[in-house]
Amino acid sequence: MRVNGIPNVRTCIAPLKEGITVEMQEKLAELPDAIFSGEPTKTLNIDVLIVGAGPAGLCAAIESATQGASALLVDENQCVGGQLVKQTHKFFGSKQERAGTRGIHIAKELEQELQNLQHQGKIQLMTDATVIGYYESEKKHRFGVVKRCEYQSTLYDVRCDAVVLACGAMENMLLFPGNDLPGVYGAGAVQTLMNVYGVKPGDRVLMVGAGNVGLIVSYQLLQAGIAVDRVVEAAPTIGGYNVHAAKLRRCGVPILTSHSIKEVYGDGKVEGAVVVRLDEHWKPIKGSEENVACDTICLAVGLTPSTRLLSQIGATLEFIPEAGGYVAVHDASMQTSVKGVYVAGDASGIEEASTAMIEGKIAGLAAAIQLGRSKNKKLLAEYRNELSQLRAGPFGEKPRIAKEKIAKHAEVHHA
Amino acid sequence: MREYEKTGILSLKDLQIPTKKQLEKGVAILECVQEIPCNPCVDSCPVHAISMKDINAPPLNDFDRCIGCTKCVGVCPGLAIFVVKIKDDKAWVTLPYEFVPEPKKGTVVKALDRTGNVRGNALVTKVIKQGKTHVVTIELESGLAMDIRNIRVEV
Repeated sequence: MRVNGIPNVRTCIAPLKEGITVEMQEKLAELPDAIFSGEPTKTLNIDVLIVGAGPAGLCAAIESATQGASALLVDENQCVGGQLVKQTHKFFGSKQERAGTRGIHIAKELEQELQNLQHQGKIQLMTDATVIGYYESEKKHRFGVVKRCEYQSTLYDVRCDAVVLACGAMENMLLFPGNDLPGVYGAGAVQTLMNVYGVKPGDRVLMVGAGNVGLIVSYQLLQAGIAVDRVVEAAPTIGGYNVHAAKLRRCGVPILTSHSIKEVYGDGKVEGAVVVRLDEHWKPIKGSEENVACDTICLAVGLTPSTRLLSQIGATLEFIPEAGGYVAVHDASMQTSVKGVYVAGDASGIEEASTAMIEGKIAGLAAAIQLGRSKNKKLLAEYRNELSQLRAGPFGEKPRIAKEKIAKHAEVHHA
Repeated sequence: MREYEKTGILSLKDLQIPTKKQLEKGVAILECVQEIPCNPCVDSCPVHAISMKDINAPPLNDFDRCIGCTKCVGVCPGLAIFVVKIKDDKAWVTLPYEFVPEPKKGTVVKALDRTGNVRGNALVTKVIKQGKTHVVTIELESGLAMDIRNIRVEV
């Protein structure tokens, strides 16, 4: 989409203003020459650049700055918090990970810590800004950052000794006829609409996917007064926690395992869907089709790590199915194959917010140690221990396998 | 494969069940049977009745020690703790509730079981707020005490 003549804008997070022009864009667009004219590029020298102000990035920035490294935190959204700002449920984990606190409140607590460090001049924050690329530089890492402000954009030339890429992930899409009809959403988009913007996405929802995201968002839909017709899950068992499934079931929402969505139909918008039962080989069983009247399809079928910047930097990527796709190979300090380039949170392999926060702390602290700003290796060991405890149970198996595979690749590349 | 992994619904045989005597004083039923990394219930218990081998182990309640204070009900992030008290033909179930409109003391609500089926009416006898979670106590006939796990407030 093109907004005010600027191509490739994510309209879903672009602020709505009086007189704004939003247009459909045909294929690749050209960057208008005039966009950065009039204002010179500003140069910023800092110790650590953190890309993404979700749970991982916030914790990385706070940790780096607390340890004495100067930090710049950049996020493309208007506010910090990433996915936390729509997570109205209470978090699991232990006291250290703020268990029992709702995601929205964790976002507020972290924002407060960030503001305290900002007042002390230890962190600079740039929201509504995009890191557009990595550039050649002899000694330092160098990034182009576009900061938007009303209708003007400023280009920053950011030079840093270390960078933490906490860019998060993108929701997966599912292939079926009618998946381009208005009313087919990702679960994250539905959560943003209702919990951040206060907009009802529809009146009757079919949820696809019974992992924790699908179960939690279904419950939040009910809390918003929206009917959830059923949850379908292709796997033979429910992937998310039983406590989340039980909450939905006692509200009367059926969860059908070994079921999937076959197609969505409707005239210009979703009017219903056909679901189908799957056999033990995950193949649709003929004659098991069932019609579901609904106006919204919500897809909670996993996430893919955002690795575009990592790829441009030249960090070694490997395809790890348990991590959700291509991820940057990294060591136990979250450092990638490129010295001074760290990764944390979903960008380093799909997991959840509690572990993302600890990974952020590890990356932020390791970067500060690398730059000679801190010597606190004991704290680093404590964070690593916390992380392995959270992954010790059966639900931590997938990320545990992912991280073991990543560690093996890191050893090979190191040797 | 356990049945609840397919359906999401726990049955009584999946749970730690108190004796009749323990139910008479009122105890917390922990409907949390999987190994998930979570332990706020342990910290919330004033008499250290709830314990856990490690953060991933399912919590266990020492029903003799439990005083049925309901503090854990509003703390559990999984909304999976219920305090049940049975005396003669009457029972009281304390459950977490996160919907609007909020239940009011003295009103009659629908009583729902683990599958969401309405099994009868219940009288709201107490509502306290722990953060944004309502901790609601309902009075109902004793035969339903181990089945009723949700309410519906009719508007």
